Amino acid sequence: MTYTWLAAAGVLVAALFDTVVLRTNLLLRKAFWTAYAIMTFFQLVTNGLLTGLPIVRYDETAIIGWRIVYAPVEDLLFGFALVLVTLSLWVRLGARAAQHEDR
Amino acid sequence: MSHLAYLLILVACLLGTMPLEAVLHVHVYAQWRRLAASVLPVAIVFTGWDLFSIRQGLWRYNSHYLVGATLPGRLPAEELCFFLVIPICAVLTFEAVLARRPDWKR
Repeated sequence: MTYTWLAAAGVLVAALFDTVVLRTNLLLRKAFWTAYAIMTFFQLVTNGLLTGLPIVRYDETAIIGWRIVYAPVEDLLFGFALVLVTLSLWVRLGARAAQHEDR
Repeated sequence: MSHLAYLLILVACLLGTMPLEAVLHVHVYAQWRRLAASVLPVAIVFTGWDLFSIRQGLWRYNSHYLVGATLPGRLPAEELCFFLVIPICAVLTFEAVLARRPDWKR
């Protein structure tokens, strides 16, 4: 279950990044969850291809074994962390740019 | 053809989200510096995670579906592209939601 723990830790770090480090609080915004819902649908399609063909294969002892459209559930956590950290940075950098414009 | 599978999935992701820039005018690619500053650091961290996972044997790639360009650490070139393409798609999707729902800006 190494990947399981790493993926869960990734989500935790991403959540801290959003709420404490950059304080973008995307986790409290409707826009984030709506975008995430759309992305999750497409992730299931692409991740399904990646793991269904399979392009990538997992060590069965590294995952908990729950799968959604072929993909291990850990991939959803991994994707969530990837998306949240990126959007948090994007929003923070956007706020800074807007501040510069005000001056 | 099968060697192009992973690459084609990534191309489909880029093409699929392209209308958000071209039609919805989200100005994400237009702000390429901000985009690069958001995507590149994340790509570096997640590539590191990937390299660690490959070395630990948590997952492995099927060369049948890869173009065959492998980077140090046995990282397929497609996998590095994945960490650039998916975050770009994420930003485009987020900005598209905001473009449709301006009242969700804050």
